[in-house]
Amino acid sequence: MYEGAVQDLIDELGRLPGVGPKSAQRIAFFLLQADLVDATRLAEAITRVKQTVRFCSRCFNIAEAEQCRVCRDPRRDDTVLCVVEEARDVVAIERTREYRGRYHVLGGAISPIDGIGPDELHITELLHRLDREPVEEVIIATNPNVEGEATASFLSRQLDGRAVRVTRLASGLPVGGDLDYADEVTLSRAFVGRQDLRGRGTREVR
Amino acid sequence: MLLRRLGLTDVRSYDHATLEFAPGVTVLIGPNAQGKTNLLEAINRAATGGSHRVASDAPLVRLGAEVGAIRAELETDASRRRTLELEVGSGRRTRTRVDGQDVRRAAEALGVLRVVLFAPEDVAIVRGDPGERRRFLDDLLSQRRPAYAAARAEYDRALRQRNQLLKQARGLSPRARSAASSTLEVWTEQLVTYGTQVVAARVAAVRALAAPTDRAYRDLADRPEAIGLAYRCSAGPLPDDGGAVPAPAEVAAALRGALLEVEDDERARGMTLVGPHRDDLDLTIGALPARGYASHGEVWSLALALKLASYEVLAEVGDRPIVLLDDVFAELDTTRRQRLAAACARFDQVLVTAAVEEDVPLTGARVEVTVEDGVSRLRPRPAGEAGAA
Repeated sequence: MYEGAVQDLIDELGRLPGVGPKSAQRIAFFLLQADLVDATRLAEAITRVKQTVRFCSRCFNIAEAEQCRVCRDPRRDDTVLCVVEEARDVVAIERTREYRGRYHVLGGAISPIDGIGPDELHITELLHRLDREPVEEVIIATNPNVEGEATASFLSRQLDGRAVRVTRLASGLPVGGDLDYADEVTLSRAFVGRQDLRGRGTREVR
Repeated sequence: MLLRRLGLTDVRSYDHATLEFAPGVTVLIGPNAQGKTNLLEAINRAATGGSHRVASDAPLVRLGAEVGAIRAELETDASRRRTLELEVGSGRRTRTRVDGQDVRRAAEALGVLRVVLFAPEDVAIVRGDPGERRRFLDDLLSQRRPAYAAARAEYDRALRQRNQLLKQARGLSPRARSAASSTLEVWTEQLVTYGTQVVAARVAAVRALAAPTDRAYRDLADRPEAIGLAYRCSAGPLPDDGGAVPAPAEVAAALRGALLEVEDDERARGMTLVGPHRDDLDLTIGALPARGYASHGEVWSLALALKLASYEVLAEVGDRPIVLLDDVFAELDTTRRQRLAAACARFDQVLVTAAVEEDVPLTGARVEVTVEDGVSRLRPRPAGEAGAA
């Protein structure tokens, strides 16, 4: 145990995800030896993020205003809506610079073990948006694991009967890699999801 | 495939040990509790991702050490050299390397080293609970198709989620329960999706095992009776298309229908009552169920026949497996020993453990296993210096 303030810092750092007691101690001593300016900058960054950043009132992405950057952008396509689990998934899709539609962040996936049901996710808000906005296609981009698939299936049931196209991201081979480097699970999924080569129209990317 | 060299560091009773293997038979000889089985267990762990003796990796690590390392150098049927390395320990992620490269998922390393292990514990396949037979099929399928292990894990995940939901719904008011039932439908659908893959694969495995098991049993047993294998689905009998594997859509429909039937019961008990986690493999000798009716000798012969048949099923796709026989010969009478020895002749490589050398009527390399200063030592006996046998 260390003296008051140092131990407090170690305890707080130890609560962060992926930081164990050893790492917490190392970071604490790094900060102890750092310039006051550097330490203050870190402290201010943490405070500012909590004071200024919130969740977008429309799509629940991370925002610095009432609405997030994507929702405020008038050039985005209002007819396509991509549903993701977390805000970091928005960042991942944005990096592709291919997608020009809007987003909706659920805030997780259905997982009874973690106590997360549909009510804990922003699903009601999604349905309200579909009532108000001119959406023609909902792309469900939840993770390709058991919980993500269950959430996708739940959403597809909720959207049943609505005049929107509901699509799901494909699972398959990573691009640019060699076939023999793909892991067996991915490769067998790609087999299941194989497509006809002839007569396949290239889909327009919005 | 051949195991060319095995290295063990801090595994069970071994601190540092390496052993070179030749094709054909290698017999590990030594009194009990010297480390013979530990060596086969390590090979089996590297091949299948599990031990045949314990459920977790913790006991695999030598007492006082944090990490145990298993390193296997292999030669494939196409004469290619491969290496498989594992670092195991309690409460840590197993680090696995294939040909020097880290693999992201342990499942990717399944099937790099292929083995069929037979140990005294395997009589439980015939005599034990349905879970033993499910595990036998699952282990076989995981080695045959890595995608199966993934589907099996996903099924377990969906099952846990669905059970949790059923448990939660038990205490709810009728109104809250109807809200939860829309979520239950989703988990039922997940259960059916993954459950269908599991059931279809197991049915295919059972069909593939049937003929070779029957053959192997006739070779081993005194009375050559017909062996029957049938997959018993908790969802009810699957449509039988004259030996063909049922179509996934049919399996899915059967599962879905059966789940619908037990829905009220499931809600009352708070658990999933139908699915591959409650299926069984029915084994019959002659006209009688093996479980409960078979004699000690018949149980042994059938368990062994199932393992020898696994060899055939595995060898159909990919490299021929290495056969591991743990303490088997001591349990058999002289006639069965001779018959098993004859069956071993067609395997590329067989590793056998025995306390008494005379019990093993097989020619081949001999390695003495003894404990010195608290750790196991391996001492290959030079060729020509044959034992009493």
